[in-house]
Amino acid sequence: MTSWAGNRAIQRGGRTLPALAALAVVAVLAVFPLAVTNATVTTIAVDTLVFAAAAVAWNIFSGYCGYISLGHAVFFGTGAYTIGIAARAWHLNGDPVFALLPLAGGVAAAVSVPLGLIALRVRRHTFVVITIAFFFIAQLAATNLSWTGGSSGILAPSPNWAATTFNDPFYYVGLALLVATTAASWLIRGSRFGLQLRAIRDDEDRAAGLGVRTMPVKLAAFVISAIVTGMAGGLWFYFIGQAIPQFAFDPLFDLSVVVMAFFGGLGTISGPLLGALIIEPAQQWLTLQYTNEYLSEILLGALFLAVILGLPRGVIPTAGEKITALRARRGRVPAREAVTQAGQAGQAAP
Amino acid sequence: MGREIYEAIADGILGGGVYALMAVGLTLIFGVLDIINIAQGILVVLGAYLSYALSVHLHIDLFVGLLITVPTMFVIGVAIQWLFIRPLRGRDRASMSLLAAYAVALIIEGALYRVFGPNYVVLTASYVTSSVHLFGFYLPDIYLYGFALAVACVAALYLLLYRTRFGRSVRATMQDQTAARLIGIDVNRVAAVTFGIGVAVTAIGGMMFGATSGGFNPNSGYDLISRLLAIIILGGLGSIGGALAAAVFMTTAEALVDIWSPDWAVVVFYVALVLVLVIRPSGLFGRAPARAQ
Repeated sequence: MTSWAGNRAIQRGGRTLPALAALAVVAVLAVFPLAVTNATVTTIAVDTLVFAAAAVAWNIFSGYCGYISLGHAVFFGTGAYTIGIAARAWHLNGDPVFALLPLAGGVAAAVSVPLGLIALRVRRHTFVVITIAFFFIAQLAATNLSWTGGSSGILAPSPNWAATTFNDPFYYVGLALLVATTAASWLIRGSRFGLQLRAIRDDEDRAAGLGVRTMPVKLAAFVISAIVTGMAGGLWFYFIGQAIPQFAFDPLFDLSVVVMAFFGGLGTISGPLLGALIIEPAQQWLTLQYTNEYLSEILLGALFLAVILGLPRGVIPTAGEKITALRARRGRVPAREAVTQAGQAGQAAP
Repeated sequence: MGREIYEAIADGILGGGVYALMAVGLTLIFGVLDIINIAQGILVVLGAYLSYALSVHLHIDLFVGLLITVPTMFVIGVAIQWLFIRPLRGRDRASMSLLAAYAVALIIEGALYRVFGPNYVVLTASYVTSSVHLFGFYLPDIYLYGFALAVACVAALYLLLYRTRFGRSVRATMQDQTAARLIGIDVNRVAAVTFGIGVAVTAIGGMMFGATSGGFNPNSGYDLISRLLAIIILGGLGSIGGALAAAVFMTTAEALVDIWSPDWAVVVFYVALVLVLVIRPSGLFGRAPARAQ
């Protein structure tokens, strides 16, 4: 198909540039805590990395295959509680706690398989609502079960490093998680698996007709996404120091992650990342500025509406269209091709 | 024990009437506009606060106050649809509108916090605390009045949908929007009015919720919307009869489990939902899902 050919051409032409940009971003993020030592800023930075990893992970499932999940907080909270319970049982403190993060991911994966098998049988709105239902079941279970500490929650193991560089270990573990997740997102998007996911997003019945085994493919993406979200939840928990059911299983977590992905561009690689890097610091800053006045909530809602109405397809695809249109005007791309490419920009944008 | 069960069933049915009213609004909006109005929960709370403001500051009776709050909520609903839902276009329209509704919910929640603060309030009137002795049970008056009002409203909605010209155009739009447009129905107007009606019923639901829930604050919207979503999915999205049956079924089940364990009663909603969907993915009364476009 012509559109695929157009996609290829864009990818071939612009492969070095995104790679260089990615390297530059990683380099800046790596030296950031050395340059900025203000604890308030680095606390926001750690939070942002956790949310960025979660948003990229959410996008690997929901963005690529089109099933909007509003229940990823289940995996976030599962990761948090896994770290808390495991560290308590094995009396772990300090650095070794980070070694538990894969366990958090593993438990989240184990939880996601039955949930996925049930929820992925239905589509669209019903799927969204089922994920919300899972979310509330998880929150209530955490409140009512005996081994989760009830409504007072569970305390994190205590870190044993110096207060001056307290945030740094969390920051670098978060950065590593984010880089690994983004790399996974990039690899998946270009792979056969990623193509199958996007075929499901565009027309699931036709994809099935063409031989895509839709259930295993959707479930695999769901589980991968859950693993990362669980690890992000575990890291967040260790950083915050405590998990209570309302905050470990937080409806605002679900919606923040979705808005980050939509803001940057659903189904793109860098979109959720960009969304998280802009929205999470803004949200944290607003909360710090207007602690008791609830103005941050109103402003956040207004920001959501502005994004949805003003940039309905997200920053990255819209910017891709603008760049293509600009090139067309300069005569570097024949106009007719530019139109087809602009139509595909949502998928072609890196 | 037997007596407790009968009482739980009576409570469940009476309470179910109120949830049915709120859920009918939600399922109607879904049927016509093909969107989930996730703001429905906070709109119910807004309706409750409107009743609260009228009764505390102007000393207007809760039921009389509905004459003011219902039209107000209708106008708010039309405005939300016109400003934030109607402009959305394109492939992701369904998920975008869900997010737009969520953003509206956040703004309303923040505004309610600013105006009324985070403290729990409760709607009071003489009939909220009094009860009537009927068939050997003590039934609170407010439940009886509210149930009667809910039944009357659902009946009125039914008549509106099935006996009027406007109702015919709503149902035509629910079945096929393009065809409805082709035969000359103003789909935009139908959508706006339907959204308005769907939100207007939250004024009544909110008043009842505020009087019977034992206290509410701006945060109560989350709990409400998740229950309402469970109800309309269980009943089958877009099915009005299904929403009624599911509402009564859910509240009765909750009241029954409540005898055994109040902590777990809330989960019944969601567990029932998951169980039903494992067996029958389109809900109890839903049509088989159309081919996804």
